[in-house]
Amino acid sequence: MELSKDETQKIIARRVAQEFHNNDVVTLGIGLPTKAIQYLPENVEIIVQSENGVLGVGAYQDETTRDEHIINAGGMGVTINPGGCFVDSLMSFNMMRGGHIDITVLGALQVDEQGNMANWCIPGKFTPGMGGAMDLVVGTKKLIIAMEHTAKGVAKIVKQCTLPLTVAHKVNMIITEKGVFEITEQGMFLREISPYSSLDDIKNTTEADFVVELCKNAA
Amino acid sequence: MVQIIKPAEAVQFFQNKQTIMIGGFLNCGSPELVIAEILKTNMGEWTLIANDTAYPDSNRGKLICAGKIKKAIISHIGTNPETVRKMNAGEIEIDLEPQGTLAERIRAAGAGLGGILTPVGIGTDVAKNKQIIAVDGRDYLLEKPLRADIALVYATYADRFGNLAFAGSTRNFNVLMPMAADVVIVEAENICEEPLDPNNVVVPGIFIDYIVAGGSDGAK
Repeated sequence: MELSKDETQKIIARRVAQEFHNNDVVTLGIGLPTKAIQYLPENVEIIVQSENGVLGVGAYQDETTRDEHIINAGGMGVTINPGGCFVDSLMSFNMMRGGHIDITVLGALQVDEQGNMANWCIPGKFTPGMGGAMDLVVGTKKLIIAMEHTAKGVAKIVKQCTLPLTVAHKVNMIITEKGVFEITEQGMFLREISPYSSLDDIKNTTEADFVVELCKNAA
Repeated sequence: MVQIIKPAEAVQFFQNKQTIMIGGFLNCGSPELVIAEILKTNMGEWTLIANDTAYPDSNRGKLICAGKIKKAIISHIGTNPETVRKMNAGEIEIDLEPQGTLAERIRAAGAGLGGILTPVGIGTDVAKNKQIIAVDGRDYLLEKPLRADIALVYATYADRFGNLAFAGSTRNFNVLMPMAADVVIVEAENICEEPLDPNNVVVPGIFIDYIVAGGSDGAK
């Protein structure tokens, strides 16, 4: 089945949201990871941290309602939720490095079967800088990579990352439109196959070696 | 007591080849008035220390586009295509740093520390040419202090003692840079007649030298 980009992103965002538990402190990368908030399960409230100094990020604002004093890390106008607070860059990164963030969801250019991840640089082509990504991934309790399974047909889940790493041996989970992988010290495991994919499809589009050990309650 | 000056008067503190720290995260809490004044001069070849190079048409981004910056020590340049172009063309030296490491290096300088030990960057290109120190079996990078000749920062509120307070997410690097530079200039959106409530002061006035009545690209 051929999915549109929009459908693909929705499938991934919806699955990411299932990982959130009530009162989790969560940091979300710009783009696809941020969309997961729209699919929060009923009765689950999370506290979203933004690296520029907002704990308890609220609703997005448009040009007419935005207060220029409050943005998220992507530069979008936001509000702050009741119980939230503003902090400086030191405190913001204390939260990240110090192990106070429950779940971090980021996109990636490549992830490998050892839990290495690359998302900040394609030498000579794309060098936006790492921003806060390296600090964030080091300290988080759980690191989820949310991304499309392939880039223009090329595998993104590989045996060994060839791009400059953001972090070594840290990724816990990969969620794509085709399925869910878990990475542990024992290796990489396929836990779920999406209704929009099949085991053969995943095998054909994944370069990394993985063990098929599906969760019993998976869809 | 700090001195309240006009943006143009701040030009006298600048010289060629200085290292300049500028606060702000993209356009939020970003000083702009003094930047507009130094852009009018022939000075340049500066080293910029900041979180990001903003956008081509705003604050720190304008300094990049005008060719005033020789080197930037920075965590993110992706919002300013001109920084990326200049880097690829060899017109500017870019030293990319993890954002939390950049903040801690500035704090180390301001706090009188010889550096900090961070696990961030271990196993990546960031660790190249840096000393690795093991503490209780875990590896850390030694990251050295980062000082500047001038710090140019934003505040939402300032009093005549130089005490600063902030609204929203404007604190970012503005809170730490004043500790780590020889001359510290604040662009304050509001200069308060009465001293700020001591309970609300975020940056103590003893770190501040000059205040400019101003604002920010991100908050007018």
